[in-house]
Amino acid sequence: MSEIIEYSDKVMDHFTNPRNVGEIENPSGVGTVGNAKCGDIMRIYLDIDESAGTSPKEAIVRDVKFKTFGCGAAVATSSIATEMIMGKTVEDALKLTNKAVQEALGGLPAVKIHCSLLAEEAVHAALWDYAQKKGITIEGLKAPVSDIEEREENS
Amino acid sequence: MSDVIYLDNAATTKVAPEVYEAMKPYFEELFGNAASIYRFAGNSRKAVEAARETVADFLGAKPNEIYFTGGGSESDNWALKGVAYALKDKGKHIITTKIEHHAILHTCEFLSKQGFDITYLDVDENGVIDIEALKAAIRPDTILISVMFANNEIGTVEPIKAIGEVAKENGIYFHTDAVQAYGHLPIDVNELKIDLLSASGHKINGPKGIGIMYIRNGVKIDPFIHGGAQERSRRAGTHNTPGIVGFGKATELAKEKMESRRKYETGLRDYLIERVLSEVPYTKLNGHRTDRLSNNANFSFQFIEGESLLIMLDQKGICGSSGSACTSGSLDPYHVLLAIGLPHEIAHGSLRLTLSDETTKDEIDTTVEAVKFVVERLRSMSPLYEDFIKAKKAEDR
Repeated sequence: MSEIIEYSDKVMDHFTNPRNVGEIENPSGVGTVGNAKCGDIMRIYLDIDESAGTSPKEAIVRDVKFKTFGCGAAVATSSIATEMIMGKTVEDALKLTNKAVQEALGGLPAVKIHCSLLAEEAVHAALWDYAQKKGITIEGLKAPVSDIEEREENS
Repeated sequence: MSDVIYLDNAATTKVAPEVYEAMKPYFEELFGNAASIYRFAGNSRKAVEAARETVADFLGAKPNEIYFTGGGSESDNWALKGVAYALKDKGKHIITTKIEHHAILHTCEFLSKQGFDITYLDVDENGVIDIEALKAAIRPDTILISVMFANNEIGTVEPIKAIGEVAKENGIYFHTDAVQAYGHLPIDVNELKIDLLSASGHKINGPKGIGIMYIRNGVKIDPFIHGGAQERSRRAGTHNTPGIVGFGKATELAKEKMESRRKYETGLRDYLIERVLSEVPYTKLNGHRTDRLSNNANFSFQFIEGESLLIMLDQKGICGSSGSACTSGSLDPYHVLLAIGLPHEIAHGSLRLTLSDETTKDEIDTTVEAVKFVVERLRSMSPLYEDFIKAKKAEDR
């Protein structure tokens, strides 16, 4: 007797035709967030082109892919998040917020807002992994929490 | 309905044409209040009493033991709160199970805030309660045992007769939420030693907004809806005459068709179960393989999430239901899946398909193909599946 939640056309579009689904072999960074208990797990792969700028922040997200276990909103938020950071500099990718994800999707049902938080978190986690691998510090980037619930409870 | 494959008959059913025809006059020319004195209203009164007799006959009860209510949830609320309040001086302990419908579980939560003590019995991996655990849970202050007849999510049928015997031996009232079983399984309240029973109209091709409660004569229970003297002053409110007539007609049809229907649905259900289990890898059937409602199939597909599954099936015109919808507040069946021991990630990927006697083999074939396609697609997007496949490959090497 679960109810199918009313999603915007944009959410349904991204759910039905998700962009950038898949994996990247030898990624520059990969981040996985969420947990099975809450029912959403997102993984983001990044391929980062460092030839573009002089500092790590100016490196470019050359390719991004995702895999998501979760509801319609979880799939849609991860899909649109990949679209929003594709071709952007690391600095700009880092600025992706859950609000921006929500707006880009034409809004989310209140109970699904956490999915947009998760998408933001997944991008940050992938960037963090990239920075760790490279041994670099990216200004404004913090270590990801492994579990979105943890963050929501602490905030 | 032609463009939709409706496999959610545990949620609600289509009103049978015969039921609709039987109800119609009571909206139109025979609109009288069944409680009024003039002859014109007598038609309504007779119709209500005829329906009561049909229901009583179906349950092996007396007509004065059948009460019409506003539906299954009201009957469940009434049974629990009514008995709890009537017997509160005798005791405050109620025994139920972890897999009840929320109409029972949330009522129990309410009662526990009022100072009642609730024991929630565990179930095994098939969803069946343990009679010994029930016996062990009984205390001197136990006033009521409430165990559902058949589970709405996984279809498992509980050992009602054994429960009834335990209740009787211990002088404790036995209520059963029979919303999913009524009209699908033969029920004799005396043979099964049931004291109170809830049922609902819209699950048996009757109208929504009408239900019944069977209350054995002599059972002490407070009214739940206070007001007029209807239903022997136990359930106030003007009789929903068309609804009651519809409930009676639906009961009559259900009784008539029960055997043939059960045979037909069981065949189709088993065909569905066998195809899905053999053609979709990493899938399990939830609920008892044989002791289950004839129209219920409930699967868990590993590595995927239920809401996505439902939306994609919906896009293919297939109506099912799921135990998921993460943190949306509509986690209705989720507690049942956890109670049978499923881990969270598997409980999230469940799908309930409930058939009717109108479901065709073609529809099942179409559904199986759709399920195969959708599950494969969602798995291709799932990080859990990716991890599983990688681990498997590493193992194989």
